[in-house]
Amino acid sequence: MSEEHLVPKSVYFAVFAALLALTALTTGVAFIDLGRLNAVVALTIAVVKAILVILFFMHVYYGQRFTWVVVGGGFFWLGVLILFTMSDVLSRGWLGFPGK
Amino acid sequence: MSDTVSHVAHHFDDADQQREASTLGMWVFLVTEIMFFGGIFTAYVVYRSDYPGIFAHASNYLDVRLGTTNTIVLITSSLTMALAVYGAQSGNRSMLVRCLILTMLLGSVFLGIKGFEYWHKFHEHLVPGPHFRFPGPDSGNAELFFSLYFAMTGLHALHMIIGLGILTVLTVKARRGVYGRSYHTPVEITGLYWHFVDIVWIFLFPLLYLVGRHGG
Repeated sequence: MSEEHLVPKSVYFAVFAALLALTALTTGVAFIDLGRLNAVVALTIAVVKAILVILFFMHVYYGQRFTWVVVGGGFFWLGVLILFTMSDVLSRGWLGFPGK
Repeated sequence: MSDTVSHVAHHFDDADQQREASTLGMWVFLVTEIMFFGGIFTAYVVYRSDYPGIFAHASNYLDVRLGTTNTIVLITSSLTMALAVYGAQSGNRSMLVRCLILTMLLGSVFLGIKGFEYWHKFHEHLVPGPHFRFPGPDSGNAELFFSLYFAMTGLHALHMIIGLGILTVLTVKARRGVYGRSYHTPVEITGLYWHFVDIVWIFLFPLLYLVGRHGG
């Protein structure tokens, strides 16, 4: 069992500054036409912001290994939910059906 | 140490083990929350892949300035929440109380702006239902976008309201000096909840407000 880690205030302010910068970036980029890349860029920035919040504001970076497993497991199942659903939705038109 | 020991329930070895068990339990709850919001995010992904054009078009009827402002307000409230936990951990009661109150103020500002946006949408007949009138083509699928918008932001706002309730209780107890260097688990796990709600918004903001800004 580890002793509780007191995260320095400077870490919180640095993460806060990064979150503000990324918010400005995602808003700015949204007005530039990148085609399909717009969605990719927006989601990548959102994922980076979420990871910053989880690791530092939520102390997972300093936490026990088992917390990493639980958090990682949660997002793994979220991925399963979305990927398996979309693999069905997007492939529905691929095969022809007799009599249709 | 005597004051540390008094907070440890008999089935834990020490305060650290008890604190880590609480944090882990909160994370297990947050994983159920990830799956809860995950369902509606999946619905959004399915319908957006079916109707990308109309989702982009309908998204432009949301106010990107208010959305960005609310994103900044919520991120700032996460900072004050993190500093509240810091205040509790370092035994600084006045910092804890001040940061909790600031967090509640910022949360209320967020809900106020959200309420104003909702009121505006009612006014513009963009609330799904018998009075829904979309000025563009493909009104039915635009109504689908706004259904998802109200369901997602509404559930998010409900979580914020619950968070404000918990923060109120925490503030009252913090003023009485319940939390300090040796015992502050309720502040810590409320922080986890508040940051989680922030993360949900971090995804809602680009998905709802920013989809159709380019080539509008």
